[in-house]
Amino acid sequence: MSELSGALKRQVEEAFGHVRVRGEISGFKRHSSGHCYLTLKDDRACIDGVIWKGQAAAMRFRPEDGIEVIATGKLTTYPGRSKYQIVIERMELAGQGALMALLDQRRRMFAAEGLFDEERKRPLPFMPRIIGVVTSPTGAVIRDILHRLEDRCPTHVVLWPVAVQGEGAAQQVARAVRGFGAMAPDGPVPRPDLLIVGRGGGSIEDLWAFNEEEVVRAIAESPIPVISAVGHETDTTLADFAADRRAPTPTAAAEMAVPVRADLAHHVRELGARAERLARRYRERAGERFEAVAERFPALDSLFAGQQQRLDDVADRLPRALGQRIAEARGDLAHAAGALRPSLLDRKLDRARDRLEAIRLTDRPIRARIADGQVALERLWRIAEQLHPDKPLQRGYVRVEKRGGGVLTDAATARAAGLLTLHFADGALDARVENGGKAPAAKPRSDGEDAPRQQNLF
Amino acid sequence: MTLPPPEPKSLAMTDSAALADLSFEDALKQLETIVRQLESGEVPLDESISLYAKGDALKRLCEERLNAAKARIEKISLGADGAPRGTEPFNAG
Repeated sequence: MSELSGALKRQVEEAFGHVRVRGEISGFKRHSSGHCYLTLKDDRACIDGVIWKGQAAAMRFRPEDGIEVIATGKLTTYPGRSKYQIVIERMELAGQGALMALLDQRRRMFAAEGLFDEERKRPLPFMPRIIGVVTSPTGAVIRDILHRLEDRCPTHVVLWPVAVQGEGAAQQVARAVRGFGAMAPDGPVPRPDLLIVGRGGGSIEDLWAFNEEEVVRAIAESPIPVISAVGHETDTTLADFAADRRAPTPTAAAEMAVPVRADLAHHVRELGARAERLARRYRERAGERFEAVAERFPALDSLFAGQQQRLDDVADRLPRALGQRIAEARGDLAHAAGALRPSLLDRKLDRARDRLEAIRLTDRPIRARIADGQVALERLWRIAEQLHPDKPLQRGYVRVEKRGGGVLTDAATARAAGLLTLHFADGALDARVENGGKAPAAKPRSDGEDAPRQQNLF
Repeated sequence: MTLPPPEPKSLAMTDSAALADLSFEDALKQLETIVRQLESGEVPLDESISLYAKGDALKRLCEERLNAAKARIEKISLGADGAPRGTEPFNAG
């Protein structure tokens, strides 16, 4: 058995000491020993393969399932399992197209996850105090960055040295990015406030570490803003998409990272000078305004000047006005006193007397009229005396009254009265109607003649 | 006895302590804002004086920051486990 297996092994190794096969990787496994095991297959066949530790580390990209590769190595057998396998010494990706397709597939996957979203991009600090750089300590990248920083604004830089290609590069880069993010602000290593992840230009295989998932995720998840500067202008890696800013070159990354100190110093000086000028102008303007107001501020005595003048004026006029008034009054008095004279009164008296005299009042007309009246009265009175009712009585006439008063003028009433009173010139006496009032018997004629005459008189 | 007036010095010190925490950019922004305010001509005189004092402090802070910016290049030295152990001066070849 062992002899046969040994013969087979020799036969195979001799016949296939150098082979180059193309196939798709499947069942890729990295053993803790550092050796890697895989199967290469095409549509009809498969061959197991092994990459020893030394070769695995030198690999330019990380093998993974589904990638089509061209493997170079030799065939050997594994007698313990009755197997043959290819020991891969070198492996490259089977053509740019395949690699680009893989890149594109991953890019879409991360994009779908939102890792490349614009909203995730953070602004870079204006002037970082410490810049963390993740790159090779020996490449041109760190030199370019330091050189540009020195030109613009010398800054504290902390380099985290990593391998930027080959086996383990992606892992180192990812670890460095996460390592910077995990630093405590007051730890032994000062924590940067900006990261630059960089690598010089190269083929897509050279840059492949920056397309690896762990690098992309580390950059996307970094708590510190990241500038990626991988490859040259035309090279694009997934790390560029995940970073907050992408710089076409390491030099450009340095320019993005810091402002130009000289410009800033100039700007600050200018601002300071302007502020000073302005502050002085404020003071000057305030001073001018103060002076303008202070000039207009009246002196104490001038506050009362107007009133003082009025007072003076009035005080001057007061005695003059009084004097004038007195003079005026005196004038009036003199005028009035001049008019007031006794002759004025005398004249009035004379005039009244004249008028009184002119009237010539006398009692003669009154006296004449009184005398006339007396004459008329006496004449009338003589007539009246003749007309006194008792006058005829002296000549023998009697006035007949009924007893108790009342003159009787005819026989009928006398008859009716019965009792009569006869009034004579020297007194009255009572009489009574006799014979019931019959006409009187014949009497001496003389008497009879007298009686009717008497009655006629009344 | 009357109370002593508040000490302007201690006030300025708290101010400068607060200033020290400012980033260069924030300090610059504040300085620019102060200049703009002064330029507006609408600041009362008293305020203009304190604004100027603050602007002056900010200007000095900015200048200090700029002067302090100097190249210091360090390289992280990694332990056996790949974790950073510390830093050492780095001289780019």
